Amino acid sequence: MSLRNPPRPAGGLPGTEASDMDELGRHRHRSMLRWARRSNRPPWLSIFIVLFVLVLPALLADLITVHDPLRGVLGDRLTPPVWLEGGSTTYFLGTDKQGRDILTRIIFGARISLTVSTLTILIGAVVGSTLGLLAGYFGGWIDRIVSWMIDTFLSLPHVLLALVIVAAIGPSFVTIIAIIAVTIWASFARQVRGETLSVRETEYVARARVAGAPPWRILLRHVLPNIANTLIVLATLQVGVVILEESSLSFIGAGIPRPNPSWGVMVADGRDQILTSWWVSFFPGLAILLVVLSLNLLGDWLRDFLDPKMRQRG
Amino acid sequence: MARYIVINAVRGLLTLFAVSVLVFFLARLTGDPLDVLAPVDMSREDEEALRAQWGLDRTLPEQYFAFLGNAMKGDFGPSFKYPTETAGSVILDRLPNSIKLGVVSTILTLVIGVPLGILSAVRRGSLVDRVAKGFALFGQSVPEFWLAIILIWFVAVRWHVVPTSGITGWRSYVLPSIVISIFGIAALLRLFRSAMLETMGSEYVKLARLKGVSELKVIWKHALKPASIAPLTFFGGIVVRMLTGATVVEIVFSWPGAGLLAYEAANARDFPVVQALALFTAAAIVIMNLLIDIAYAYVDPRVRLGQKAVV
Repeated sequence: MSLRNPPRPAGGLPGTEASDMDELGRHRHRSMLRWARRSNRPPWLSIFIVLFVLVLPALLADLITVHDPLRGVLGDRLTPPVWLEGGSTTYFLGTDKQGRDILTRIIFGARISLTVSTLTILIGAVVGSTLGLLAGYFGGWIDRIVSWMIDTFLSLPHVLLALVIVAAIGPSFVTIIAIIAVTIWASFARQVRGETLSVRETEYVARARVAGAPPWRILLRHVLPNIANTLIVLATLQVGVVILEESSLSFIGAGIPRPNPSWGVMVADGRDQILTSWWVSFFPGLAILLVVLSLNLLGDWLRDFLDPKMRQRG
Repeated sequence: MARYIVINAVRGLLTLFAVSVLVFFLARLTGDPLDVLAPVDMSREDEEALRAQWGLDRTLPEQYFAFLGNAMKGDFGPSFKYPTETAGSVILDRLPNSIKLGVVSTILTLVIGVPLGILSAVRRGSLVDRVAKGFALFGQSVPEFWLAIILIWFVAVRWHVVPTSGITGWRSYVLPSIVISIFGIAALLRLFRSAMLETMGSEYVKLARLKGVSELKVIWKHALKPASIAPLTFFGGIVVRMLTGATVVEIVFSWPGAGLLAYEAANARDFPVVQALALFTAAAIVIMNLLIDIAYAYVDPRVRLGQKAVV
């Protein structure tokens, strides 16, 4: 699932995934070089959307809303958006069948999306990078075990696992974060392992080793800083992946429990009334689309901007 | 070559074993199936009898090995929800529907994604290229469940072109397969575009052009063949991702396939069915990865000859 943009190979060819990926990355960069030179301006619109649809609403939700995200006014249920006939300026994007303001719930939903993605990516990045660093640097049996774990976790039918766990113990924040973190770490481990493999062969790492630096010092001072950019790019792209995953699981009832306003839950809530009250499902889904699209554009731009190979050539 | 296949096959088997352990214990440790299935007014004796009949009175490791042994013989035990049927037969009832949808979606992905990626690279900067890049971005960012609902709203209900749910003929395949393949199309398009751009700028393509080889031949023979290697490695990941999307899509379209079955079985705590489904899915993924590894070795001699591949 953690396979959006760009997808990573799930098949394992021991010792080759990294270099393939690296090579593919370079293809991309060289081919995009001319394009990038012309337009390496930051994608302002994407940054704007990420800020104003995801980050700021998440941080300021209590300050900028007047309605209760959980309890609605039943008398005002299924009010259309303000520009349609029957719309009201009180409810800018309309209300759902329980009379809750859609805009308010989207704003509070941003908080859920941001919390879930920040936590899962933090856990996934720390666990994945640690294992990836160790596997890439030491090789041997450590590498074999870690590579096998990566393959296994990428082959997990995790939607099924999520359904099982949720059916048994019920949906909760902790469950969804655990389920997503379990799928996210492998992407980080795979990428970091590959980068570490190539950094390990560099002159400066060899010299640090000759100078008597212990492995942990080489990993922290020489390898990690050199793969930091990759980590930043991957983390940015993974935010979109996690938001999609969380909303999908929430949509099928295996994610954020009701009545919390997860964007996926909101789309599910309006599913039966799509013909008569389309706004209930439409706007939360649009929020997901806009935010993920912007994060993907931002990640692509960051990749071109931060990649040192690009900078040397350009 | 044989050694390489064997190593990959053993890794695949180990993966399957790990999945079976994980699925079994996750499913069992999270709740007692009798809580859900036994009628409230069932007597204690009847409950114990049912427990013994399903083997739930034994220890967990015993249950696991019994499960594993039977699973290898293709026997996943009786379904808890449909006691007259075995889990295997419940799944086999539904699986063909998922496979049919999967095949249609995969064909759609390949037939649209690959040519569009090539065209986008060959006509770089053109209108086609810009539309393709926009489409790729959209396909990688849109939530499938939302797209499915919007499509039902417009195409099925407003325009009455195709049915909204279930299977009632070929028209039923249109919307679900579009939604499932949209991510794959986007991913393949992107991969083929960048791989093609790389090979089209290579020295041997320049040489071929200098020799006066026709442009069509340059694209097909000199550029496309080497450009197909890289996307191949990523194809497994794309299919896994589409499998997940398919589960959600089956639920939205009430498609009577394995994805919808998983959803129903999990809600009914029908462990044998869920376990068997998880193993089926994992096995499918493992086999596909093995096939991709073999295909990869076939196109790239460096892998076949046991050398460290690339750079």
